[in-house]
Amino acid sequence: MKMNKRSFLAGTAATLALVASGAMAASHAEKLKVGFVYVGPIGDGGWTHEHDKGRQAVEAEFGDAVETVFVESVPEGPDAERVMTQMALGGAKLIFTTSFGYMDPTINVAKKFPDVKFEHATGYKTAPNVGTYSARFYEGRAVQGTIAGRLTKSNVVGYIGSYPIPEVIRGINSAYIHAKKVNPDVTFKIVWAFTWFDPAKEADAAKVLIEQGADVILQHTDSTAPQAAAEAAGNVYTFGQASDMAEFAPKPRVSSIIDNWGPYYIKQTKAVMDGTWVSEMTWDGIGAGMVGIGEITDAVPADVKAEALALKDSIASGAYHPFTGPLKKQDGSDWLAAGETADDGTLAGMNFYVEGIEGSIPQ
Amino acid sequence: MLRLEKRRQPSRGWAWATPLLAVLATLVFGGLLFAALGKDPLVALQTIFYDPLLGEHAFFYRPQLLVKAAPLILIATGLSLGFRAGIWNIGAEGQYIIGAICGAGCGLAFYPMEGWFIFPLMVICGALGGFLWAMIPALLKVRFGTNEILVSLMLVYVAEQLLASVSLGLLKNPQGFGFPGSRNLQQYDSAHNAEIFAGTGMHWGVATALIAVIFGYILLNRHLLGFHIRLTGEAPRAARFAGVIPARLVVFCLGVGGALAGLAGLFEVSGPAGQVSIDFNAGYGFTAIIVAFLGRLHPVGILLAGLLMALTYIGGEIAQSTLGLPAAAIQVFQGMLLFFLLAVDVLTNYRLRFGGRVKA
Repeated sequence: MKMNKRSFLAGTAATLALVASGAMAASHAEKLKVGFVYVGPIGDGGWTHEHDKGRQAVEAEFGDAVETVFVESVPEGPDAERVMTQMALGGAKLIFTTSFGYMDPTINVAKKFPDVKFEHATGYKTAPNVGTYSARFYEGRAVQGTIAGRLTKSNVVGYIGSYPIPEVIRGINSAYIHAKKVNPDVTFKIVWAFTWFDPAKEADAAKVLIEQGADVILQHTDSTAPQAAAEAAGNVYTFGQASDMAEFAPKPRVSSIIDNWGPYYIKQTKAVMDGTWVSEMTWDGIGAGMVGIGEITDAVPADVKAEALALKDSIASGAYHPFTGPLKKQDGSDWLAAGETADDGTLAGMNFYVEGIEGSIPQ
Repeated sequence: MLRLEKRRQPSRGWAWATPLLAVLATLVFGGLLFAALGKDPLVALQTIFYDPLLGEHAFFYRPQLLVKAAPLILIATGLSLGFRAGIWNIGAEGQYIIGAICGAGCGLAFYPMEGWFIFPLMVICGALGGFLWAMIPALLKVRFGTNEILVSLMLVYVAEQLLASVSLGLLKNPQGFGFPGSRNLQQYDSAHNAEIFAGTGMHWGVATALIAVIFGYILLNRHLLGFHIRLTGEAPRAARFAGVIPARLVVFCLGVGGALAGLAGLFEVSGPAGQVSIDFNAGYGFTAIIVAFLGRLHPVGILLAGLLMALTYIGGEIAQSTLGLPAAAIQVFQGMLLFFLLAVDVLTNYRLRFGGRVKA
């Protein structure tokens, strides 16, 4: 590195030409640059991994018509704001920000770049050039709850929560309601790991639940550590989270919820290309394909499998809503009357357990 | 035969040369790493080191450099005092979190009232929060002889749990639809740590970091207390003869380190970050340890090291998105820096001898 600046630049000029800088991207006007900001490493096998699969799906769909860029493990806050700004400066015209904590940074950056479209995952703030998207994972939890309620012999279902936020609480409620429906004696034991991804903590949580008699474990954390703990313990069933986690099939992993962002990313990229993009709040579920149900293995009795698939189909078609009354809140107060379904506003901010779940939501 | 011979005194020349040597070695081996990943090493290094400073979009990155470096410098300056005296505060991350919680909590308590006194009060609360959190390991060490490394480190995890707790409860935005996280202080004028001059990145945290560097320099070089700190680290026995009271020094060093880390947290939460959230802490407290050593525990060195570290972060992000370098490669690159620094450090205290006794 002793060479002076000039020869340094000259030496790299040829290679630089291959690197699409902002100016270069502008000269290929037809090529759309799409940015992705990730909160974890793409190899986490869970949340970020699935978003990156969505990015790859965009590349596969449009080929040379798009260029995708991404930055992984971006902390929420000023770092995220800088990365988004940098992508926009670099010529990205559509940027997906894939974590709840990116909400205010996304809004801030979007103000500075009115020509760039932003898509923020799981938030609630929009702007003329900011849309939001999220998946109705609670629909998948209904299917899991049904299988869990049928499979458990101890009538204790363990649940590894990440953070006590509406998204996670919705999942617990949905799973509980449907487990209870097929098995009135079922109880839920909930452990809060206060992490989205930490194999050691998740393994500990799984072991605690197994010691407390749980023989089915649901997880809202992304690592396969609970699967490994269940496998070691023997007669315990689990479900894959975010990814299929098929390496633990057919048992302990008997099914899974798969985040499937590809179709949505392709749709929105197309919209920007066609100039038809508008700011929307998208909340799709099994029906639209955003939530996938991983293969239900043979470790599940055939009649239970059929029951679970029937439930999945009725949710997908819209015939059935997982939060259908009569339902009461944990404190015994009425929530939904018979036949009434929950509105999206209540679901989005859900901060209460339904009747029958023990314990309180940590504050 | 190559042999190491202990110097009678650490070499002053090498003490300053080793950081440069370490940076150079990092450039070489980092370049090899990037080449092994199939990227042109020169382009990669240019993207990391040149583009943020002088590239096309440098107007945006230069202020960002200050924003990113300020908390590192502020924390590292505080830590360096203790490290000089052999007092190992590894828990700056926790003190940073508590400072942010206390400072933001103070500001939010006044919401939606406006007043000039709110922000100064938050600054005091932030410093006090970090100070008190650091007093736990300090007093335990003074009173019961506990190991401050372990206690301060463990308290980071306690602080993280507290952070999650207040994000979900006490400080949760009542208008946040049940989502975790406090109100955004950027939208609350009296509590907002805004840029002093718009577009420069210069917020109060940056100003404080510069002041801390100056005070650190004066303290260590022109003040008896600074002399005592250095003496304790270099010759503890001599220090006792010179009348240094170790307990007082432990309290002072941990206290100042905690207060500065708390300030860093407060300035970050009220400015660039904006809100208390579950994942508010981004590792500044730990990275600052690297910065402190990279800067030779010297205030001016820390200033430069903080800026260099910030540069690798910002350049690393650009390299990720424009060149497709994985984040892990950037982290390896940063890790190399510390590794080489510690490795070549041996030259400060030892001299290389070629040949010599071959009998054995």
